[in-house]
Amino acid sequence: MINKYRWYEVVGIYLGIAAFLSFILAPFLEAFLVSLRPLDRIFSAPYRIFTENMSFDTYFNMWTSVPLLWRYMLNSLFISTVVTIVALIAIIPAAYAFARFKFRGSNALLGAFLAINMVGGAVLIIPLYKLMLSLGLLNTYWAMIIPGAAFTIPTGIWLLRSYLLRIPRELEEAAWVDGASRLYTLRRVIIPIAIPGIVVVAVATFITAYAQQFLFALTFNSTNELNPLPVGLFQFFGRQTVVWNELMAASLVGILPVLIIYIFLQRFIVAGLTAGAVKE
Amino acid sequence: MHTTGRFNYFPYLLLVPALVITIVIVAWPLVETFRLSFTDAALKPDENFVGFENYEKIFSGRFPEVIGRTFVWMFWSVGLKMIVGTLGAVLLNAAVPGRGLFRVLVMPPWVVPIAIGVFIWGWMYNGQWGMISGVAQIIGLVDGPFEFLAYRDTAFIATIVTDVWIGTPLVTIYLLAAMQSIPNDLHEAAWVDGASRAYRFRRITLPLILPAVATMSLLSSIWTFNSFDIIWILTEGGPRGGTTTMIIDTYKTAISRFRYGEGAARAVLIVLFLSAFAGFYFYLISRFARGGADNDQ
Repeated sequence: MINKYRWYEVVGIYLGIAAFLSFILAPFLEAFLVSLRPLDRIFSAPYRIFTENMSFDTYFNMWTSVPLLWRYMLNSLFISTVVTIVALIAIIPAAYAFARFKFRGSNALLGAFLAINMVGGAVLIIPLYKLMLSLGLLNTYWAMIIPGAAFTIPTGIWLLRSYLLRIPRELEEAAWVDGASRLYTLRRVIIPIAIPGIVVVAVATFITAYAQQFLFALTFNSTNELNPLPVGLFQFFGRQTVVWNELMAASLVGILPVLIIYIFLQRFIVAGLTAGAVKE
Repeated sequence: MHTTGRFNYFPYLLLVPALVITIVIVAWPLVETFRLSFTDAALKPDENFVGFENYEKIFSGRFPEVIGRTFVWMFWSVGLKMIVGTLGAVLLNAAVPGRGLFRVLVMPPWVVPIAIGVFIWGWMYNGQWGMISGVAQIIGLVDGPFEFLAYRDTAFIATIVTDVWIGTPLVTIYLLAAMQSIPNDLHEAAWVDGASRAYRFRRITLPLILPAVATMSLLSSIWTFNSFDIIWILTEGGPRGGTTTMIIDTYKTAISRFRYGEGAARAVLIVLFLSAFAGFYFYLISRFARGGADNDQ
């Protein structure tokens, strides 16, 4: 009743939403249209939104003209998956420690984790490069995985900690009274209850890892077979004559996995992202 | 609770994995960056202590200009993200049919790999065949093909627009969540008293989302300050340095030209700026946390 709009207000709201979503979605639409055009139609003036001879041919041809496309996509998925696993191994126990135990320096340590989070990977690139060099990790998956995981840990700890704080302490205390060890309690009591929270953190970590695969791969890896999709395609981007329709088709296919994950799990993702806005 | 009298190792044990990886990948490199900034480290076997020479060098060069440019870039980028994001949140908060779907459609720029979103923008900025130049020609804004990334000013604006596109979804969703956490009774009470929609927005919604706006502005500033991918892919800092921010300059100096010492000095300055942002951020968070607790009582 309170939110009744007059008809012209409804029209105004829809027009506003249409303008806003056009800005957000137009690039994807344009990329899709380009991927359907044959190359001679792309390089023709004046600009036309729809051109003749549109077809899905590019989606078949690109696999031969970008022979490593499969590898790039699998590398991207593989790197993000391992980053998520490594990050979770660090995040779950740490979040539990910060949520449940008062120990000397706990506040300072939590603050330090969050503060360190403010420094991006590009700032630390010089020592990181030297580190990877001296550990012999240049041109391996690990050079992309370990830094990738490190920069997602603080946010993950923060998210999971606020979730764990909402689990009643009585559950663990009951387990301890029954003689369960503390590690057993974490494994058999806390983690099972915290699964929804862990899923949120895992999905957020995975998407972040998938979105940010550029810098470390660009800098630490020169073995083309190991490149994730963004860097694999970047080589085509820089060339004199860019095969735009294939680049756009490959880009769209490459973002499909995260888009599918996003569509199915968007509730979790939005919940994780906005936890801070409502609570803390 | 669980005070056993003796020292409790358990929580420290739980922190070991996170601490090890953070110290090796973030904390130690941070310290090492400071050390390197006082050396002449480069692609050579030895490195010597040179005092403040690197800092003197970068401040006598064009770096002050780069610092200024970074802040202008950040100001426009964050400002536009906040404005567009707030508008988007207000629109998506309106109770109209289809808003569930609209909310889902906001996120893709944030979900897809940053680099891939930037490839698409790279195509759109193409002067000969790209969409923006094409549409501008059709409606008569420009006479012929216009290469947006070939001129300093337009390249600067182009990188900002792309950064706004990538950053807006998160701002929108974050502010939308803040708006939805406002209790409905407030609006209803004001409505009963005859307050118009605009008045309610100004006197209820806006003040109550202000902490979220402030928090997001600062977080967004920090991320934007750290932004590397967008500029690197679109222009690599060009044309003629027109889009070279502090991060881009650091990367070029250290990784492209192998001058580790001089690059590290630039990185140290970035860390100092980031510390200032972070300090301000934590100050705001703690103030809002206290304010929130007061309101509860």
